[in-house]
Amino acid sequence: MRVALGRRYSRNYLAETAWMYFFILPWIIGFFLWTAGPMVYSIYLSFTNYEILTPPVWVGARNYVRLVSDPLFWQSLKVTMVYSFVSLPLGLFGSLAVAVLMNQKVPGMSYWRTIYYLPAVVSGVPVAILWRWLFNPDFGIINWMLWELFHIQGPMWLYSRSWVLPAFILMSLWGIGGGMVIYLAALQGVPSEIYEACELDGASATRKFLSVTMPMISPVIFFNLVMGIIGSFQVFTSSYVMTAGGPSNASLFYLLYLYRNAWQFLKMGYASALAWVLFVIIMFFTLLTFRSAGSWVYYEGAIRGR
Amino acid sequence: MSEAMLPAVGTARRVRREGLWARKSVRQKVYSYVALAVILVGSVILMMPFLWMVSTSFKTDAQLRLIPPVWIPNPITIENFTKGLTILPFGLFFKNTLIITLGATVGNVLSSSFCAFGFARLRGIGRDFWFYILLATMMLPGQVTMIPVYLIFQKIGWLNTFKPLIVPAFFGGPFSIFLVRQFYMTHPLELDDAARIDGCGYFAIYWRLMLPLSRPVMAALAIFGFIGNWNDFFGPLIYITDQHKFTVPLALSFFQSTPTYTGHLNWLMAGSLVALVPCLLIFFFAQRVFIQGIVFTGVKG
Repeated sequence: MRVALGRRYSRNYLAETAWMYFFILPWIIGFFLWTAGPMVYSIYLSFTNYEILTPPVWVGARNYVRLVSDPLFWQSLKVTMVYSFVSLPLGLFGSLAVAVLMNQKVPGMSYWRTIYYLPAVVSGVPVAILWRWLFNPDFGIINWMLWELFHIQGPMWLYSRSWVLPAFILMSLWGIGGGMVIYLAALQGVPSEIYEACELDGASATRKFLSVTMPMISPVIFFNLVMGIIGSFQVFTSSYVMTAGGPSNASLFYLLYLYRNAWQFLKMGYASALAWVLFVIIMFFTLLTFRSAGSWVYYEGAIRGR
Repeated sequence: MSEAMLPAVGTARRVRREGLWARKSVRQKVYSYVALAVILVGSVILMMPFLWMVSTSFKTDAQLRLIPPVWIPNPITIENFTKGLTILPFGLFFKNTLIITLGATVGNVLSSSFCAFGFARLRGIGRDFWFYILLATMMLPGQVTMIPVYLIFQKIGWLNTFKPLIVPAFFGGPFSIFLVRQFYMTHPLELDDAARIDGCGYFAIYWRLMLPLSRPVMAALAIFGFIGNWNDFFGPLIYITDQHKFTVPLALSFFQSTPTYTGHLNWLMAGSLVALVPCLLIFFFAQRVFIQGIVFTGVKG
């Protein structure tokens, strides 16, 4: 064996291989400890009834069958989907629009960029608490502004079944600065020669935007879209802190429901099944986006090809 | 209009061009003023939550629920910080959060830069295989593994300690490894060869050559790691139950609905504001690294 190896690979190469494994070893160990092992165990658990105190009991596909007839599972799926399919396009167009505006040679651009980006820097519990009070129907500033500017009596927001998701979506739009920064960089990366060529040909601003800008920044839009899809299925903190899923489960996000099953009801088996369904859904939408990418994402091969 | 019909004589063309340029610059100006106005309105709206938070955290109880809201508190009080944040041991919560955040960030930067060196600068049997696996795990949502990982930590008795929040970071995150690898790849391989000729081992190349050369990406990694860990909520929520080990986000979420705080919105806002300060400070002092990092990860990823 050694001889055979020695013949196929030079001594130096084998030494380099050994060193390579020395360097990537922490990750390989971590991969087995925190990813591969747990994944296998998680598949197994999803076919068991496991409530921590007693050992797991094999129940076959019963968790998955129960899932189909679980109204809360469908509710959490609906909440998450509605939230993603509204907040994602709005956020995408919003951040792109702001980026285009800022790209108009506006004076003081770096200051504006800072201001717009600031809400994207902060996140987590403090922000959720802040928004919980901004949405307060009696003295929150959102309803106050609606009244002052438009004389609209604001809704009950987090206390209303039909307004709680719009509230979450509104809150997500506060962070459009994150996407904006990326689009801004992409916009500034479009070579100005192309625009000049268009101007000589007498192209209108709309034409330039649709035929030059959009194709040139489509890879970035694509990237943001994929990350957005993955991210919106992982909303947890805001729903936990602001509404705890209420009122009457109208903001029961998927991850919140999973958390409840695992850490409040201690149904680890059922929660594992939920986790795998989440995985399949995320993969489905990610692959769908990748599949569709060919038809609308333009890669300038010579420059970006790798 | 009629100019366009004229035969393309030199002078006529020049006149037409100048006209076009002149019109365009006026138009451009109008555009940029309109854009400026829209941006201005937008920035006022975006800043309002912050302003309300800051002003509320300096209000006395009587000013809390007034409509229209009080933007500049009168009188201004700092009692919300002195009293509201000492009624619960917020100092301790800060210390806990800082220990976890620093531990996890240092672990991630060290291990990711270490593993990335193997992927970027060394050749070996099976390297690409492992790299594809790394790429695949980048797509894997953490929710799939979190229950078994929790059960592992439960088995080895690490629940209610900081260890589950710090130790995994020392095994290198796939995304950070990928990021650092991409950065290492931008340095010419001749550097390594030169160092080898001078008698450097691989570890020395990593430690004395690649690490110093890769300061920008390390800075970005450290900053994002710090902010991510500082704001982390899910981890502490499932692993920590003892109130003396609470992190700031956990404490805020736990106490926000207790009577102590629902009656004192100003205390709650003071606490939330203080929780945001470290991230805001980092952002303001490292803005360039920050935005470069966002752009780098965003465009390259």
